[in-house]
Amino acid sequence: MTDVTTEQAAPAEEEVVTVPVAAPGTAIAVDEEPEARRPAEVGRRSWWGAAFAAPHSIGLALFTVVPIVASLVVSFMNWPMIGDHTWTGLENYRRLFDDPVFWVVVRNTAEYVILYVPLNLVVSLGLAAWLTPRIRHRHIFRVLFFIPTITPLVANVVVWRMLYQPDGLIDATLQSTLGEHAPNFLADDTWAMFAVVAMSVWAGFGYNMLIFSAALDAVPDSQIEAAQLDGASAWRTFWHVKFPAISPSIFFATMMTLITSFQVFTQPFLLTKGGPGTETETLVQYIYNTGFQNQQLGLASAGAWVLFVIILGITAVQFLGQKRWVHYE
Amino acid sequence: MSSGGTRTTGAAPRARQAIGYLILCLIALAFMAPLIYMVATSLKPESETFTTPPALWGSALRWQNYTDVFSYLPFARFILNGVLVAAVGTAINVTVAALSGYAFSRLRWRGRNVVFPLFLATLMIPQDVLVIPMYVMMQNLGWVDTFQALIIPWAFTALGAFLLRQFFLTVPQELDDAARVDGAGTVRTFLSVMVPLARPTLAVLAVFTFISYWNSFLWPLVIVNDVNARATIPLGLQAFFGQQGNEWSLVMAASVISMLPTVIILVLLQKHLVRGIVTSGLGGR
Repeated sequence: MTDVTTEQAAPAEEEVVTVPVAAPGTAIAVDEEPEARRPAEVGRRSWWGAAFAAPHSIGLALFTVVPIVASLVVSFMNWPMIGDHTWTGLENYRRLFDDPVFWVVVRNTAEYVILYVPLNLVVSLGLAAWLTPRIRHRHIFRVLFFIPTITPLVANVVVWRMLYQPDGLIDATLQSTLGEHAPNFLADDTWAMFAVVAMSVWAGFGYNMLIFSAALDAVPDSQIEAAQLDGASAWRTFWHVKFPAISPSIFFATMMTLITSFQVFTQPFLLTKGGPGTETETLVQYIYNTGFQNQQLGLASAGAWVLFVIILGITAVQFLGQKRWVHYE
Repeated sequence: MSSGGTRTTGAAPRARQAIGYLILCLIALAFMAPLIYMVATSLKPESETFTTPPALWGSALRWQNYTDVFSYLPFARFILNGVLVAAVGTAINVTVAALSGYAFSRLRWRGRNVVFPLFLATLMIPQDVLVIPMYVMMQNLGWVDTFQALIIPWAFTALGAFLLRQFFLTVPQELDDAARVDGAGTVRTFLSVMVPLARPTLAVLAVFTFISYWNSFLWPLVIVNDVNARATIPLGLQAFFGQQGNEWSLVMAASVISMLPTVIILVLLQKHLVRGIVTSGLGGR
């Protein structure tokens, strides 16, 4: 990300593919530095570049940069949905940290992340490793496992409500085979979070599976064959050859999965409404409730910024930790 | 299919392979069970949706459920809204991303090396964090409960610029030069040389943008008040679910309908989708 921030780095980085454009009618000056071209040409190009980037830049500034800055400001204010806005400094953050429910939702969100992320990665990596190119009809398997990832999450959640219900598919199956009732998954303190996680893994792992599958396909056959000639088992070949080779993909997937899992909302919101009690209420649902049920947008913004800072912190830790296990070729 | 042939000779490994394949099929079947059950339930008479022991099929295939969905709630309206919002949002995003991706890769201009890192930085901001300030902004614009509020705020995400930039960097410079020699200016070169070349990348971006609009839930939940008039599919489905909580067969039929477009896109465009995901991390959630 940082390789384009310096003036010197940019031309060097793109030399291979982008050579300076010659003015119409002149000889094509391939190995000339862009700065050496006629000032008029540079000026004309400069204008067009800014013009081409303008619509996107303005849109992004208005609808991303302005809101993110505004939300920081709003988080320091008492900002009811209707009524006067007053500056209250750190009051929202103090109220947030004094609210026992806030700490419950932080803990719930952490619980979800700790359960969801490893499960997602293990399932997706396992299936990706299984679906080698010699598996017949592998593309059909890949498409099947990807369906819940790409269809509306709301629809998938609704289906799982029906599985988890008392007398739903799981309960009915247990009743007719073992003669016993299943727990009431979504209303049970101990089961509710597991039910939310299980549904989420089912709905979400297909994405990482595709990433890993494509990364594994790109591991050179020669490396794998060399390991096999040395007598390495399939297990050893995987951990000593394939895993290091795809570690950048695993790093990328872990980061994305962590970031998105901290923002979990739809699954608990529609499966349990955050219940029983506040057993499965997550940070984003807390922000939503504070902002749009209780109509306290200032307090909700403070909550959103806490979430943002957590995500930034986790991302930073990931980047610092990657040196120890990620191998870039 | 051709690789690894050396290790598959002999009867024992082959038997092991067959068993492995069988297990894989069973896993896939278990994975698909909720979706199969969804389709099956959507065709049952309402009185037979919860039975012990569970049955896959009811006493009759009730296709009528699918037409009933459209009379219980304005489901056709939700589909239309979803298409409208996703199509307009996608058109805007693809257009601005093509322009900025070109500016970030093939054009030299002052400020480029400042603006591009800023674009990348915005990718770090989670959409959920933006929801509250975006709502305040919509209030100030008077856009609460409007279609433009569903479309515009997310039409400028930076990922497309990044994706298109990556693509344009791979286009040989000779093509621009040739266009220039023919007397084409920057705009003509862009429109008649670059855009046609970028069509596959633009398609990948379009598909992912469309799907993310189509599936979006939190923002419509926040910004739409009049569900019957302005809900897109996920919000409509949720409303349907709340209202017809006991009509499971209808809810399942509605779920099937809401999934169909994206499943069709997935089956038809799987290669492009895989490429988009793998090369740029599109579509993550």
